[in-house]
Amino acid sequence: MVSAADQKIVLDARGSFCPGPLMELIRGIRQAKVGEVVEVWSSDQGSRTDIPFWVQKSGHGLVGVYEEAGYARFVVKKLR
Amino acid sequence: MPNKLSMVVFSGTVDRLYPAAIMASGAVAMGMDVELFLTFYGLDAFRMGQPQKNQKMDVNYAELAPMLAQLMKEKNVPSWYEMLLKAKEMGNVRVHACAMTLDLMGMKKEHLDPIVDDVVGVGEFVSNAKEGEITLFL
Repeated sequence: MVSAADQKIVLDARGSFCPGPLMELIRGIRQAKVGEVVEVWSSDQGSRTDIPFWVQKSGHGLVGVYEEAGYARFVVKKLR
Repeated sequence: MPNKLSMVVFSGTVDRLYPAAIMASGAVAMGMDVELFLTFYGLDAFRMGQPQKNQKMDVNYAELAPMLAQLMKEKNVPSWYEMLLKAKEMGNVRVHACAMTLDLMGMKKEHLDPIVDDVVGVGEFVSNAKEGEITLFL
């Protein structure tokens, strides 16, 4: 059985420039339910600071930032 | 105090319309309201049909313009207009046309792109901007 917490929305924003990936994440978070996890992939440098800043400011949870080849995965949990 | 970014968009060149759209997006992302006041060349850039075809770049950087245009095309950077539409979709972005410029050019609101919300005088814009923290002139 899949619980709400196991649902994950993955948004591939690679190739999109600042503030594109952040905007994608915000859109994803809005559509998600509280407790769900949204993951955004970004190759944009601005995301490294912008996304964690936004997550903190908007009261969600940054599960982690994972480096991949040429991009990073930002995993965010919707908390409110 | 309202959490707001106001911008006077005076220039109509693509290289300056980009920062207007990007700053608007960033402000919306941070939960701020945005007010754009389009005047002179900035308003001309919002005439019906212009957002889609305007290619003007700052003449001071004429030698860089073709290269930048090419790079943006190659890297699929959305146009400033698409960015602004997206920002408007996501948050409270109000686009005002300068009444004086419209009168000067003999135009009415229906001659402008539908992204423009209304026509306001400078007094109204300034008194609205006064309530916010940031006002930029582009």
